[in-house]
Amino acid sequence: MSLGVVMLVHTDFDRAELMVRHWAEGGCPVMIHVDSDVDDTTYDRFVANLDDLADVRFSTRHRCEWGMWGLVAATQDAVQHLLTDFEQVGRVFLASGSCLPLRPISELRAFLDASPQTDFIESATTADVPWTVGGLDRERFTLRFPFAWKRRRRLFDGYVRLQQIIGIKRRIPKGLMPHMGSQWWCLTRTTLEAILNDPNRRRYDRYFQRVWIPDESYFQTLARKHAARIQSRSLTLSKFDFQGKPHIFYDDHVEILRRSGCFVARKIWPNAQVLYENFPCATDKAAGAVRPSTGTVDRIFDKAVERRTRGRAGLYMHSRFPNMEKANGIAAAPFSVMQGFDALFPGFQNWLALQTEATVHGHLYAKDKAHFADGAEVFRGALSDSARLRDYNAQGFLTNLMWTTRDQYQCFMFGPADTQSIRWLLAHDTNARVWVISGAWSIPLFLSGRSAAEVRTEAARLQRRENQFLKTLRAPDAHARLHIYTLADFLENPRDVLQMLIDQIGGHKAHALGQLPEMVDLSGLPVFLQELKNQGMHPFLTGHLSEEMHRRATVVSEPRSYVVGHK
Amino acid sequence: MRATFTDAWLAYRLRWKRRRILLRIWRNRKQIERRSDRTKQIMPGAILAFSTVRNEMLRLPHFLDYYRKLGVAHFLIVDNASTDGTADFLTKQSDVSLWTTSHSYKLSRFGMDWLGWLQWQYGSGHWCLTVDADELLVYPQSDNRDLQALTAHLDSQGLPTFGALMLDMYPQGPLTNVAYTHRQDPVTALGWFDGSGYRHRVHPVFGNQWIQGGVRDRVFFQADPDRAPSLNKTPLVKWHWRNVYVTSTHHMLPRRLNQVFDWPSKTKMTGALLHTKFLPDIAARSSEELDRQQHFENSALYTGYYRNLIAGPDLWTDRSVAYKGWQQLVELGLITPGDWR
Repeated sequence: MSLGVVMLVHTDFDRAELMVRHWAEGGCPVMIHVDSDVDDTTYDRFVANLDDLADVRFSTRHRCEWGMWGLVAATQDAVQHLLTDFEQVGRVFLASGSCLPLRPISELRAFLDASPQTDFIESATTADVPWTVGGLDRERFTLRFPFAWKRRRRLFDGYVRLQQIIGIKRRIPKGLMPHMGSQWWCLTRTTLEAILNDPNRRRYDRYFQRVWIPDESYFQTLARKHAARIQSRSLTLSKFDFQGKPHIFYDDHVEILRRSGCFVARKIWPNAQVLYENFPCATDKAAGAVRPSTGTVDRIFDKAVERRTRGRAGLYMHSRFPNMEKANGIAAAPFSVMQGFDALFPGFQNWLALQTEATVHGHLYAKDKAHFADGAEVFRGALSDSARLRDYNAQGFLTNLMWTTRDQYQCFMFGPADTQSIRWLLAHDTNARVWVISGAWSIPLFLSGRSAAEVRTEAARLQRRENQFLKTLRAPDAHARLHIYTLADFLENPRDVLQMLIDQIGGHKAHALGQLPEMVDLSGLPVFLQELKNQGMHPFLTGHLSEEMHRRATVVSEPRSYVVGHK
Repeated sequence: MRATFTDAWLAYRLRWKRRRILLRIWRNRKQIERRSDRTKQIMPGAILAFSTVRNEMLRLPHFLDYYRKLGVAHFLIVDNASTDGTADFLTKQSDVSLWTTSHSYKLSRFGMDWLGWLQWQYGSGHWCLTVDADELLVYPQSDNRDLQALTAHLDSQGLPTFGALMLDMYPQGPLTNVAYTHRQDPVTALGWFDGSGYRHRVHPVFGNQWIQGGVRDRVFFQADPDRAPSLNKTPLVKWHWRNVYVTSTHHMLPRRLNQVFDWPSKTKMTGALLHTKFLPDIAARSSEELDRQQHFENSALYTGYYRNLIAGPDLWTDRSVAYKGWQQLVELGLITPGDWR
């Protein structure tokens, strides 16, 4: 049984001619359809160029507009011609001018001969497949689409909308179950003759003339009705982007195309010299019969679609600038923010860095400069420590830092004295883990040795800012993971809180804490706070502190001793 | 309601702004004189490059080779009173059409009036690349796919513009010590850049992203970040006679041409312009700029900046990134291939 080819051509005639010759030299009769929009000079030259090939014919020209009936009508005519002109043709392969055979025609023929009476056509029911773009899947078959999507988008959209509002639905002809799939197929003579000579063909054609993109559904649906055995896959390798447009293969794809083992690929970039020189290329005989496997190609292009539609989380750039207010995660990776810990434990940063493998920054948002982890002036990604540059776009500074360091966990200290403009981000980012010991700002004031009267204004300011921060964190729509303690609460049991903090950063790798960092001497703090109260400034964020509490905290911070039982 | 009104009013004002600019381009059309006109060579569908140059003999040979290889079919160049033989060199090139002028660069909106007139005449329907001699365009796959392939892809996606981030390239060591020979790839002499620290925000008027940052921001503009150079550019445009560039190639009108990004988080393909400003002629150029006072917006503000440049500072830090190609820029999140694979 012989293989015949129907080729649809509308552009790049030089390449198309090359492809016709490939098929013809492989012993396939070729029936060519040229779009009637192509001007006559080009057409005549194309015909004249192929004059020397006996088994190449041209079929009646139709106007082929994307998504419209013309393509199907053209295919029907060409197939009809092919089947009548060449009695020996047992199978028809539908190709386009930009389809490139990757393997010799003889291998394709051997492959087809191995499965006689089988139709290779990708065809799936609309209910089960999410391929379609633009929300029109089932509706392709139940609405009318008289307007071209590309040229008359407004009319197209408007008419669809109108039908949806009125609730018009077309009846699908009896005996048809709508199927869709790649428009490139290889069908047997029996199936094609059954489709073309179907007693109901006029009715079906009339119906499909108003279906959207009928070239993806006409043969797919009718093959289901007539075919004896269907292999639901296309022998033509083609990938589509998220808008449903075909991806184009370029010179640099030569390797993945070779490895795909597919017989034909489309679309090929017309100037892809390397591809046209390299293919078709015979597969290694020793390896036995190679079957098409599109795994690698699928992975690469599916990733492309995902990257295009979702982008990379936490990246803010020229072409990706998500609306922070609606974003799920804002920064690229989880990070921890600690407020008040470094006031209570002077060596907290070093201690934390030793306990975990995280990068622990100082006050990144301090007024004087950004205190990076290693005291660097310029941090990874060439981020400057200049406070001016940082505050110019404070949120951007944080997202940039988290993006460049997303391979390592980041922690930084924060406080009411720092630039507060990232408050909102800290509260709303699902990646933020915020730990606050409220009222800890009173400790440096207390340690400064100045009297309550002198620091009263400063204390009031810090308390106001911290309270604002807490309010933002506690907003109903805030997504950050919050751990807020008053100073008094924290002193009740510092060990447990610090253990939790380490656990959260280290995950399963965290271990039980040994020595806690050294705490500043707080004796006298309750008195100091009382004096602030006497000045009229109530430090309500510290909680109720008493002298004993602080003493107890020091005791609790010793490692716990467990009695280990002996046998 | 109010937002709609404000937006309509803005759209109306910008439409007039665009018309004013077009009128201005037309009024200033006689400022440039035809020196060698080879525009008859321009075939339909050819990719055109537009540029204003001044004393660029150091960069031009490589510049032309680079863009020829990328598939630019014709260069339309305005020479602004060069004294180093730039004009003669360009006249000899078979794919360059040259105009000359000695009018003020600043008063012509930094050359945009002159180029605007050329684009208006020759650009319609072509993909037009508007770059300075110190800007080299890279984009995903730029080492093996030319601009023809890129623009065909953009056409198929229905995108009329291609956005690029300016990436300031700098050497390791003081600027005065750069070794650069004729026709050498400048990126080999200026092999470093800042990998992050670019600030993004949406421009309130033009609706595109306004990007600042990079090495010049880090070193020279700490005190006044608002004045730091803009790094967002739209160098590649499918031209329509109605289009105009507003300030250099940073902003365009009509505004929709600025939409080189998708809202909210989809990622269109973008590229980068490797900015080779810091070649050895930087000190000489800076002192000339100080004399001419022809720089952007506010020349006085840039005085300190140029003084710094003349001193030949070292811009390199151990956090700088060595340039390795477009794949690296994609990895760093500075450019993106979109769905072009």
